[in-house]
Amino acid sequence: MSQNNADARVRHWERTRNLTYLVLVIWFIFSFVVHWFAGSLNNASFLGFPLGYYFAVQGSLAIFVILIFFQNWMQDKIDDEAGVSEEEE
Amino acid sequence: MQGNFLDNLPKIYGLYTGGFLVFIVLMAILEQMGVGADTIGILFVAFTIFIYAAIGFLSRTMEVDAYYVAGRSVPPVFNGMATAADWMSGASFVALAGGIYFGGHGYLAFVVGWTGGYVLVNSLMAPYLRKFGCYTVPDFIGTRYGGNLARFCAVIILVVTSFTYVTAQINATGTIAARALHIPFEVGVWFGLLGILLCSMLGGMRAVTWTQVAQYIVLIIAYLVPVIWMSNKQGFGLLPHFSYGDAVQKIAEIEAAVGLAKPTWDVPGGLKVLTVAHNAPGDTFASWKFITLALCMMAGTASLPHILMRYFTTPTVRAARKSVAWSLFFIFLLYFTAPALATLTKLQLLDSSLPTAIIGKSFEEVANLDWIKNWASVNFLAINDANGNGVLDLNEFAMRTGIVVLATPEIAGLPYVISGLVAAGGMAAAMSTADGLLLAIANALSHDLYYKIIDPKADTRVRLLVARGLLIVIGCAAAFVASLKLTGILGAVAWAFCFACSGLFFPLVLGVWWKRANRQGAVAGMVLGFLAGSLYLIYIQNGGTKILGLDGLRFGIIGMPVSLIAMVVVSLMTPEPDEEIQKMVDETRIPSGQTILGSTQ
Repeated sequence: MSQNNADARVRHWERTRNLTYLVLVIWFIFSFVVHWFAGSLNNASFLGFPLGYYFAVQGSLAIFVILIFFQNWMQDKIDDEAGVSEEEE
Repeated sequence: MQGNFLDNLPKIYGLYTGGFLVFIVLMAILEQMGVGADTIGILFVAFTIFIYAAIGFLSRTMEVDAYYVAGRSVPPVFNGMATAADWMSGASFVALAGGIYFGGHGYLAFVVGWTGGYVLVNSLMAPYLRKFGCYTVPDFIGTRYGGNLARFCAVIILVVTSFTYVTAQINATGTIAARALHIPFEVGVWFGLLGILLCSMLGGMRAVTWTQVAQYIVLIIAYLVPVIWMSNKQGFGLLPHFSYGDAVQKIAEIEAAVGLAKPTWDVPGGLKVLTVAHNAPGDTFASWKFITLALCMMAGTASLPHILMRYFTTPTVRAARKSVAWSLFFIFLLYFTAPALATLTKLQLLDSSLPTAIIGKSFEEVANLDWIKNWASVNFLAINDANGNGVLDLNEFAMRTGIVVLATPEIAGLPYVISGLVAAGGMAAAMSTADGLLLAIANALSHDLYYKIIDPKADTRVRLLVARGLLIVIGCAAAFVASLKLTGILGAVAWAFCFACSGLFFPLVLGVWWKRANRQGAVAGMVLGFLAGSLYLIYIQNGGTKILGLDGLRFGIIGMPVSLIAMVVVSLMTPEPDEEIQKMVDETRIPSGQTILGSTQ
């Protein structure tokens, strides 16, 4: 493997790792932080729902779905730019 | 033929969905013509099981790749549907809405946990395990860490986890079959097992994949149709999901007015009286309980072998990631409906301004309602005018959690055909999960224990015969345990998640994310994490005092840190893995190129 290639791989993993950290931080906020403060959030309302309740029944769930699609879109770009994506089958 | 089949998937499943809708209409016409409710229930369950069995038979195979990983050819969207069916168990389908009805805000931790877990699956596990090219989860552990001991530990944890889970599913199929077909529960259990084995035995993962897609379509139609129909009939709007905020507020007012008192009478076993507020997040302790439960369910999701192995079936790493996204989307469709159903059902029963209300009505009038009489006769609900005031008070009405889904059509006065549809949906949910779990166990035993450890020279035919034999033996064992009715459906499900995250979460994650992790560390992490979690569960079950309020649903909170610390400490105390393993980890981290196990199998 050439030096260039090895560098590209290191860079690829670095970017993959940073993306994963970002995703996990967002995941942490909507998994734990908003639910920890559900009581106070309930004083606000969203679409007629108490906000804390809304996160538990829809908000967090929808954000998780979007988060995964977002991560995959970003990861595809990272893979393409590093030239390590698979051949289309 | 195979290529042809894959190209035509949208058309085939489109036709199938259309056919199923025609079947529902046909049943509705039969009902109008005066055919009895019992017959319609039997037709629904029998017809759908027949279809699954036919798909299972058509997908029979004698190829190892097809049997273990469906030939690695399942397109992402279809794998997403199959995973969603694999994932959504009888408990999700039958008991989730009822759990929310009774458990209020605290119970929603399950909903958050069971969806958020997929973020972990996608970012930490699925793409890397797919690149590895393994057949089973212990296959990854065994190859990454090397040695039969690590592989063996993973097999043991997998078997305990999946077996705990599968008994709950077979229990659910038995319950539904017993009610729909009017047979005793013990017979229903074996009947359910027969259906499950018909789907998986001949075609392994390939057959299970295509039946699970079919089962997802049935279960999601069966879940959404009654809710949407009820919502329109009762004036909650076309799609109830976005407009029930008012209902939440209304319920809070009613709860304040009537009070959530404990029952003053002897509530029959298995039935519950509503005593928890619908939306009251409560103090710090309640928040702590919420997030610990959510965390256990999330980490458990990311370590459950029957879910992870679904992502081994996609053609590429990119397709594996894509199919995680679709899985969560398809799961989301059901999970964001369940709280709406729970809320609207509660409002219908409690709000005296609605015609369906029973709380606050005259006791005699309620006792004569058809649906009350029906479900009371099978001990699914009970009413008792304990204070003798002639009015049904909130604490005088007890029911099982499952009733929220099962009886909704009747409470809302929908035709019986909808009840038949719901029974078919519950059956599909329980069967698809049971199939995935049985296959996970049988594959681990046949591939990892028999082929990799006991007889590495076994030829293909023998391996596949062993796999099938194990499937039958394990299925029978699970049905036997289920027929003993040891635990409630949902308790056992939460245990499975905690077993999985205690033993497997960190060895799997660190296998990809920490090159320094070695065999000794992984074994220590699996054994100590799993033991710590299990011992804590036994301690709690025998009446021990809870540490930090952690109960039997949350013992992963004890197991996981033990596993992590043991794995890191032991790894650092022992030599780092050799260069070959380190290179293997590097290869795992990029999508392109041969799979790690590519040509060796």
